Amino acid sequence: METTNSISFNRRSFIKTIGLSTGGLMIGFTLFEACKPDSKVMIDLETLNYKDFNAFIKIAENGMVTIYSPNPEVGQGVKTSMPMLIAEELDVPWEHVLVKQADLDTKNYQRQVAGGSQSIRASWMPLRQTGATARQMLINAAAVKWGVDPSECYTEAGIIKNSRNEKLSYGAVVSEAALLEVPDNVKLKDPKDFKIIGKDIVNVDIDKIISGKPLFGLDYKVDDMVYAVSLRPPAFGQKLVSFDDTEARKVNGVTDVFQFGDKVAVLATNTWAAMNGKKALIAEWSSDEKLMSTEEHDLELTNLFDSDKLKVVRSDGNINAAKNSADKVIEYTYEAPFLPHSCMEPMNFFAHVTDAKVELAGPIQTPEGTARQVAGLLKRDIEQVHLSLTRIGGGFGRRLIGDYAVEAAEISNISKKPVKLVYTREDDMAGGFYRPIVKYRISAAIKNSKLVGYHLKETAVGSSINKSRASYFPAGCIDNYKVEAAQLPSEITTGPWRAPVCNFLATAEQTFIDEIAEELNQDPVKLRLELLEKAKKNKADLEWSPERMIGVIKLAAEKANWGKAKEGVYQGFSVYYSHNSYVAEVAEVVLRNNKPVVKKVYCAVDCGIVVNPLGAKNQIEGGIIDGIGHAMYGEMRFLKGKPQSLNYDSYRLIRMMETPLIETYFVDSNEDPTGLGEPSLPPVGAAIANAIKAATGQRYRIQPYLKYMEQVTEVVS
Amino acid sequence: MPTYNLNVNKKNHTVEADENMPLLWVLRDLLDLVGTKFGCGIGQCGACTIHLDGVASRSCLMPISSVGDAKITTIEGLSEDNSHPVQKAWKEVDVPQCGYCQAGQIMTASAFLENNPSPSKEEVRSAMHGNICRCSAYNRIEEAVNLAAKM
Repeated sequence: METTNSISFNRRSFIKTIGLSTGGLMIGFTLFEACKPDSKVMIDLETLNYKDFNAFIKIAENGMVTIYSPNPEVGQGVKTSMPMLIAEELDVPWEHVLVKQADLDTKNYQRQVAGGSQSIRASWMPLRQTGATARQMLINAAAVKWGVDPSECYTEAGIIKNSRNEKLSYGAVVSEAALLEVPDNVKLKDPKDFKIIGKDIVNVDIDKIISGKPLFGLDYKVDDMVYAVSLRPPAFGQKLVSFDDTEARKVNGVTDVFQFGDKVAVLATNTWAAMNGKKALIAEWSSDEKLMSTEEHDLELTNLFDSDKLKVVRSDGNINAAKNSADKVIEYTYEAPFLPHSCMEPMNFFAHVTDAKVELAGPIQTPEGTARQVAGLLKRDIEQVHLSLTRIGGGFGRRLIGDYAVEAAEISNISKKPVKLVYTREDDMAGGFYRPIVKYRISAAIKNSKLVGYHLKETAVGSSINKSRASYFPAGCIDNYKVEAAQLPSEITTGPWRAPVCNFLATAEQTFIDEIAEELNQDPVKLRLELLEKAKKNKADLEWSPERMIGVIKLAAEKANWGKAKEGVYQGFSVYYSHNSYVAEVAEVVLRNNKPVVKKVYCAVDCGIVVNPLGAKNQIEGGIIDGIGHAMYGEMRFLKGKPQSLNYDSYRLIRMMETPLIETYFVDSNEDPTGLGEPSLPPVGAAIANAIKAATGQRYRIQPYLKYMEQVTEVVS
Repeated sequence: MPTYNLNVNKKNHTVEADENMPLLWVLRDLLDLVGTKFGCGIGQCGACTIHLDGVASRSCLMPISSVGDAKITTIEGLSEDNSHPVQKAWKEVDVPQCGYCQAGQIMTASAFLENNPSPSKEEVRSAMHGNICRCSAYNRIEEAVNLAAKM
């Protein structure tokens, strides 16, 4: 693990400097720290006033640059792409950059969160300004040394040069530069001068990943640490009545067993003993008689469509009048089940609670919120909680919720030991904050072969469509437009799952658009383009750009040769705007033994400037395949509140032989970049459903689609 | 508890462990070799794949008492300097997203290529089908295995 408890540095960088308040855009502290490799002065950084330091950049006298990456790395690539933004404006060769994961530091960093595909969008200007400010200070220091005006100096790959052909390396002036005033309003590079942004940069952790170095939360260890596994209620809504730990305590390696809340913790000297100790516990739980099963959720959600529980989220024009005067109204219902997140690294967290402080370490998408929750639980000041971020073995939204970190702190607080709480796969799947079970009933009013009304009703357990999402396409394209939503209360916990709400909303709507096109006997791509022409007139009301959506539609259609597929290949179209990015997809399906098989997906993306194309493409491909896998196979069912799939023998995830080819195209753009962790997933469900309809004539409206295919083993390939 | 002599990455280790403790936890918790990952515990995901006498094996299902004097290779022992062709290909293709399953993927791929140095594309897909990548970096995994085969 990387630690930053103490470092060696040049004392002069202590000296207070002025000009710290550089306005809202700057992430706080644009000074940088002069780090002398040969200095023997060891200072405990916790005793320092952090405001005097740049939390992002350290430059050594040999010119090597350490950049701290603030946000959690969950596989979305920000540990590589965020430091790229700093290095670009600092003007150093990427080969001279060492990236380190920053710990939670609420004073120096903003928004240390991995969620909503927002890391790059939110840091685009602040991180570039951080790098540019440091660069300007290095220039200023060199100018003083040379006795020239800074305007006569420029930089090139970590070297400052002047008009007299003199040169100084960053390392040679870093000590002086750290003492200078922090300049305001430094000039950023023109995108055409970018040397790092826009280049293919390999994952900064690649060498550690391929050699098995400790990186992840599950790998984190300290001396005398004990391992904990918890027994939790088997059904959501159940309470612990009593337990017998006689056999559990006999397991070799088990050191302690205790109850906390409705859970029982088993502590042991190794993970396996803790797991076995848990298995040996005998517990009695409260009755599950009144807890709901999937069949009841299904029925109740359908009933809600016609109840008075529906609340209006958005309403344009008059949908009832449009329906009443229509030539025809079509209506279909689309359904999706609960989904667990299935992160490959099971939930786990390290906690060591002592009187003096609370140490936390592990995989978490929301370090600040989680640290605050722990502080609240233990009635500590937030300043006493120190949280180290590890690389995260997949999040998909599950690790936005820090319940497992809080639980680790609770167990450490009771046992007074450094504890690593580990979930078994079964704990992980049964202790989820699932993608909500959701239904969409959508109707369209058609008059004179035109779409004149669109009415969407959502019923769900847990999170629901908000005003922002109700304003995505096709809002703005239809005069009479209404979105309503109703909630079904449940003990089952739900939460964000990759592209929250949009992950199935897009499937339902983009499938429905195709159903309208069929009704109008119109090409589905042309219908979308036609609707978007109308949206151009209503732009003021929309957070998204109809032009950019048209751009990706045309690019995907062109690359996939839309409408001109080879014989035996059937195409399906879908497009969606979410998380500030635009993605259009064409899925190609063939029939094998009369069963549909997804062979290829063409994808066009507009995310503005692509910071790291190599990483960006990986995100796009991952989102598409993830989306296909869950659309095809994903489903968590409940029996009286109890999850019915507890491991991968009863829960199917997509695998290699089911993976289609993917061709990704990015729109050439000078717009500021937006995120990519989520946006390629929402459109793909409808792209494959629409292609399958073209291939088989059968319309898939209920996920998982596997339900439609009897005894099919090979679904996509 | 019984004592076992294990040969891991060409080094001998003596460990005291319950006879049923899976090799996965012996490696991770007793020998501090945490490169081998815990994913499912039932042999379904492949994150725990190691080589036992060169054969790709699921360490989460392998009691330490069944290992005997077989030579164990983990991701840490695949090469000293990331010079194994599969590691080189993984880096060139930039395979990982979260990276958690990659040790298992690499161990599966390296054992496979040892036995089948010039596989067809179908053989590669079939060989890697047992390893789940939740981030779905499958296309790059496939590309990297094919690239490694050419190295």
